[in-house]
Amino acid sequence: MSHSDPAHADSGHAHDHGHAHAHDHGHGAHGGDVHAHPVPAKILVGILMMLFLLTFITVAVSYVDLGKANLFVAMAVASVKAAIVALFFMHLFWDKPFNGLIIVSAFFFLGIFIGLALLDTKEYQHELIPMFEKEGQIQQQLDRPPG
Amino acid sequence: MSTTGSDGSKPHGSAGSGDAHGHGHHPFQAHHWHSMRQQYEAGKLGMWLFLATEVLLFGGLFCAYFIYRHNRPELFEYGHHALDKIMGTVNTVVLLVSSLTMALGVRFAQVGDKKKLRAMLALTFLCGCGFMGIKYFEYKAKIEHGYLLGSKFDYHEVIEHEAHASGDTAGHAATPAVGESATHAVDPAAPHGEAAVFVPANVPAYVPAEKSAFIEPPRGPSGLAPDAGSVPHDPAHGGAAHVEPNLLPGDGRPRDAHIFFSIYFMMTGLHGIHVLIGMAVLGWLFVISRDGRFGPKYYTPVEVGGLYWHLVDLIWIYLFPLLYLI
Repeated sequence: MSHSDPAHADSGHAHDHGHAHAHDHGHGAHGGDVHAHPVPAKILVGILMMLFLLTFITVAVSYVDLGKANLFVAMAVASVKAAIVALFFMHLFWDKPFNGLIIVSAFFFLGIFIGLALLDTKEYQHELIPMFEKEGQIQQQLDRPPG
Repeated sequence: MSTTGSDGSKPHGSAGSGDAHGHGHHPFQAHHWHSMRQQYEAGKLGMWLFLATEVLLFGGLFCAYFIYRHNRPELFEYGHHALDKIMGTVNTVVLLVSSLTMALGVRFAQVGDKKKLRAMLALTFLCGCGFMGIKYFEYKAKIEHGYLLGSKFDYHEVIEHEAHASGDTAGHAATPAVGESATHAVDPAAPHGEAAVFVPANVPAYVPAEKSAFIEPPRGPSGLAPDAGSVPHDPAHGGAAHVEPNLLPGDGRPRDAHIFFSIYFMMTGLHGIHVLIGMAVLGWLFVISRDGRFGPKYYTPVEVGGLYWHLVDLIWIYLFPLLYLI
C-alpha cells in the first residue's frame, strides 16, 4: 500500500469530502483503516484515449493482409490493451503485487493449457478430415475476386 | 462481494458493540474481521482469485478457438465475413467507455462523492444496456440469415435466408433450384464416402472430387437460371452476396462452416451472460448506494464489482479481434 500514488500528487483531493481520514494510519488501535488510493480522473481518461487508439490500430491493421502476422498483431495489441486495463482500471499498478500474481498466473497456466492442446494440432487431420489437403483449393476460391 | 452480507442491513454499530477493542466498529465491518482494511484486502484478494477462475473458464473456449483455427483456418476466414465489423467496433468502444465510467465510479466512492458515484454506476449500467442492445441486433441478423450453430447450420437454409435478407433476385431464383436439383446432384457413381457423413441427407452437393467446398447445385432445366441482365454470370450466383456486407460469400462455401458460428455464439454468448451478470451487480450497487454507505473507508463492493466489470471488458478485448477482425 506504500506504492507511488498519483492521487496524492494532484486532483486526488479535489472532491474531498470524507477523505480526511483515508490516510490516517493511526486511527484505531491497529491502524486497520482502508487506505483509498483514488486514481485521478485525468489519468483514467488518458487511459481510455490510449485504449481507443489501440482499438483504432487493431481495426486498421485488420484491413491490411499480413498473412499469419495478422493474428500475432491482433493478439499483441489485445494483450497491450488488456494489460493497460488490468494495471490502471483494475489498479494493479498500485495494488499489492500478490493480486497481480494471481491473475498473471491464471494467464500463465492458460498458456500452458492451450500450448499443450495445440501440440499435436494437424497431426491427425489427414486421417480425420479427408478433404484436408484440399485446403489450398478453398483458399484459392476464397481469394477469388467477387463476381 | 459478500463482505456487505447481512451487515449491510444492520443498524449502526451493532456489529462492534460487544467487541473488546473498546471502540465502535464501522457499521459495515463484519465481526470476524480484525479491521476494515483486512476485510477490504481479503475481499479484493478473493475477487482476484475468482477472476483467475473466470480467465480459465473462458480459457477453455479460447482453446477450442485456437485448435479449430489451426486446423481449419479457412472456416474462420470465411465465417468472419458474416460478422459486422462496425457493430463490433462500436461495441468495443461502448465497453471501453463503460470501463472508464466504472473506474471513475470507484474513484468517486474512494473520495466520498456519493452523487457522482451513483451517476457513474448508472452510466456504466447504460453502457451495458447499449452493448447488449447492439449484440441483440447482431444475433438477430445472424439468425435471420441462418448463420446458426452446430447442426442448425444448413447451407440450403442459409442460401434461402440470404436471398430473403438481401432481396436479391438471383438468390430467389436459386432457392428452388437447390431443392429441385437435389436429387440430380447425387451421382450414384461417385462415392460419397465420409463427405456425406457430415452433411444432412438432403444436401448432396458435396462432390467428393472437390469435397472441401460446397458446390452450388446445377440449375434446373426449368428456366430458373438467372437472367444475364440481373446478375453477372457466375457459377455461384455470388455476385450480389459479395456486394452485400455481413453476408457469407456465395463463392467457395467451405464445409463445416457451422464450426465458426458455434464458436462465435459460444464465446460471445458466455461473454454476454457475463455482461448481464455485471449489469445485475451494477444495479445492485446502485440500489444499495442510495443510503450513501460508500465512502473512503468502505467501498469494497464498488471496487470488487468494478473488477468484475473490467474483466468482462478485458475478455471482450480479446474476443473482438479474434472473431471480427481476422
